[in-house]
Amino acid sequence: MLRQVTYEGGGKMNDLVLEMKNITKDFSGIKALDNVTFSVRKGEIHALCGENGAGKSTLMKVLSGVYPSGTYSGSIFLNNKEMNFKNIKESQDAGITIIYQELALVGEMTVAENLFIGHDLMRAPIIDWNEIYRQAIVALKRVRLDIDPQTKVSDLTVGKQQLIEIAKALTKQPEVLILDEPTAALTESDVSILIKLLNELRDQGVSCIYISHKLSEVLELADSVTILRDGRTISTDEISECSEESIITKMVGRELTELFPYEEREIANEEVLRVENYTSYDKSGKKIVSDINFNVKKGEIVGFSGLMGAGRSELFISLFGGMNGKKEGTVKIDGKTTNIKSPANAISEGLAYVSEDRKRYGLILGMDITKNTTLIALNKVMKLNIIDKALEVNAAQQITERMKLKAANLDIEVGKLSGGNQQKIVLSKWIMNNPKLLILDEPTRGIDVGAKYEIYKIINELAQQGVGIVLISSELPEVLGMSDRVIVMSEGKITGELSRKEATQEKIMVCATGGGSRG
Amino acid sequence: MANANPAMEKGSRLSFKLDLQSYTLILALIIIAIIFSVFTGGEFLSSRNLSNLFTQMSVIAVLAIGMTLVIVAGHIDLSVGSIVGLTGGIAAMLQVWQGWSTPLVVLAAIIIGALIGLWQGWWVAYRAVPAFIVTLGGMLIFRGILIGLSDGQTISSLDPSFKNIGTKYLPYLPGYVIVAIAIVLLVAFTMNSRKSKKNMGLLLMPAMVDYGKVVIYSVILIAITYMLNRYYGVPVPFLIVIIVALAFVFITNKTAFGRRIYAIGGNPEAAALSGINIKKNTLSVFIIMGALAGVAGVLLTARLNAATVSAGDSYELDAIAACVIGGTSLMGGKGKIIGALIGALIMASIDNGMSMMNIGAFWQYIVKGLILILAVWVDIVSKNK
Repeated sequence: MLRQVTYEGGGKMNDLVLEMKNITKDFSGIKALDNVTFSVRKGEIHALCGENGAGKSTLMKVLSGVYPSGTYSGSIFLNNKEMNFKNIKESQDAGITIIYQELALVGEMTVAENLFIGHDLMRAPIIDWNEIYRQAIVALKRVRLDIDPQTKVSDLTVGKQQLIEIAKALTKQPEVLILDEPTAALTESDVSILIKLLNELRDQGVSCIYISHKLSEVLELADSVTILRDGRTISTDEISECSEESIITKMVGRELTELFPYEEREIANEEVLRVENYTSYDKSGKKIVSDINFNVKKGEIVGFSGLMGAGRSELFISLFGGMNGKKEGTVKIDGKTTNIKSPANAISEGLAYVSEDRKRYGLILGMDITKNTTLIALNKVMKLNIIDKALEVNAAQQITERMKLKAANLDIEVGKLSGGNQQKIVLSKWIMNNPKLLILDEPTRGIDVGAKYEIYKIINELAQQGVGIVLISSELPEVLGMSDRVIVMSEGKITGELSRKEATQEKIMVCATGGGSRG
Repeated sequence: MANANPAMEKGSRLSFKLDLQSYTLILALIIIAIIFSVFTGGEFLSSRNLSNLFTQMSVIAVLAIGMTLVIVAGHIDLSVGSIVGLTGGIAAMLQVWQGWSTPLVVLAAIIIGALIGLWQGWWVAYRAVPAFIVTLGGMLIFRGILIGLSDGQTISSLDPSFKNIGTKYLPYLPGYVIVAIAIVLLVAFTMNSRKSKKNMGLLLMPAMVDYGKVVIYSVILIAITYMLNRYYGVPVPFLIVIIVALAFVFITNKTAFGRRIYAIGGNPEAAALSGINIKKNTLSVFIIMGALAGVAGVLLTARLNAATVSAGDSYELDAIAACVIGGTSLMGGKGKIIGALIGALIMASIDNGMSMMNIGAFWQYIVKGLILILAVWVDIVSKNK
């Protein structure tokens, strides 16, 4: 499968801009990269795929000088010249620029300041702001952003911020641009702008390394794809020879018979949650969602679809008591009207909310696995109001085994785990409390295929046990694949309700863009 | 092993993990002790000096215990020095000027401390004013109140029963009896915890490790008690420190309240969505800090047999330094009571040892400052490994 032929060694007539040969990097005995070979041609978009922990980030850190020359073995050639980067600056000067998954912009600074941080223009004894603004406008034009360079970055949407990251990277005139999950936080329209932009860059001869879990994007955008698994290169292929299935199979090293392990279930006609004429306002009195009516039955998986900003997360944060603002309408849990004022109320009513941002709202990153899993159901591991360590460890061990958590032991800080494992811990802590209704907000965002599948299985298992499940997801295949029923929201209102049989991507999109009707 | 997953079990060998941080701390303490012993011809480790050292560290140690909670919760308290001065001063005034009995006076000092904590905690938790500002203000306010109430005078000659709190010793016999009970309890707890872990099919440390720890702790307990008993016995202030420390080790490790403080300091947003009441718990932390500052105020006044307007001045910095040296992270979410105690002991040792060597007092400031920076640097380096 290894297509070494065309990429063979630093030959004369190759158009390779970058070659990484036999890269091996180990962390105290564990091989993160094992003899990895990776090459990129001039002016191509080369996707790098693999599960979390496959070694993608490590490879990019080797390339960008985060791990200096000498801490790994193997060699890097840029335009056929061997490179030994001692730090990030050296790799940048050589023409390699990386845009990280998490935005590295300073929110309180202006766009222009962010674009030229660290640039020579900013190091002059007296800063020539006119020149900076002039160049900033040029840089913004390149990414098709029509905004004033004096705008504060924090006032922009995440999508625009991502484009500014790219504009910033382009000011360094890179030959190789590395994008690590650039679309994870983008809306559909921002994604299409980004894709257009990357195509333009390709035409200008810039090579891009594109890391993404979204395989549909990879297939649409990339020219070739290299797959890593367990720190090894599995294959490098032209994109025309690949399909989503073939990439996944190589990534996980086994055939996934089905992407979504949905199982047909008898759903009892018993409502866990009923929301009637619900309207919620934020602190400043602005309406966030209005006139919401829906229900969730025992053992039912209800998908919530919609575009970014449709108000799905806000609706459920509000129902969960996590928003300070006026609320109107009726909320019934198990048929009884309730008045949830705080997350503590919601938890005692049997609600559980797995947030879309697990690092910010889900986990105490500096705490170990055990303590994170027992944070909500702490009373279950207490005797006479005293935490019983043995009980606690036992409970944590049982739940994490059920979630198929992969960790060496349970006193590791959760901040050190991969995204998939972190998400399993968030699920663990809520499921330990035996919720009646589990609200999952983008439960598989940024998680690799294998862990995704395991999370779907857990969702199914819980539904089988009679837990009502709300699945908020921006990935249409996920909503379609997992839900018994799909509710679509747009601009704070419910614009459509489709049964599993009726639901299609097209119908959902029609409702999500506001054109639907309840049916 | 009904529910143990084999893969899990294989991965989770409970190795005897070296907790680098606590060991560097103890190592630092030992090195400091050796250096001072060498330069003082062994006098530093004499029974008399150890007794002094433990008495001297007591005020800062009590403050550092409370400060650990405050810092773990993600805040800071710059006013504790002034609260020590004020509560200690009021205690002296009530006794000397009003003739209150010692138990009442002690109670009053602690309650006033707690009320001050309530005031500051309210501003921090319910009015969202940063703790740095609230307690910086408090530092000035409470010092001002003390000067106003005492009219700038030093209040001295307290009742002997009050003085005893700071100067008396626990007689030999009760000292050894307490140590004996402590060792029996230690063994019982270890056995009990091993038994219940075994019943649940959890992984166990090798018996050697668990019981080895018991032996080490017991030896340390007996050694300290023996050394102190060779002088006049265990100093009462030190005994109070031990009691307070045990209580808070228990609270931080074994209660839901303790766990919540760590969660709040570690990630307030996640804690809130997990149903933790941030405001209430933050308020509680400040009340506890205030009450402990009251205890420290009593200890200081009792030891000096007087209350002055400058009592407790800059103690907040020593307490914060003790916490930080002991490994508490100023970012919140991390820190241990034991660490703070060892930190306080290190700070007190430097003061004590350097004065014994007749080194100018100015050097004590310089050395303590350097050690603070060094401690944090070592922490950062060891974390990056």
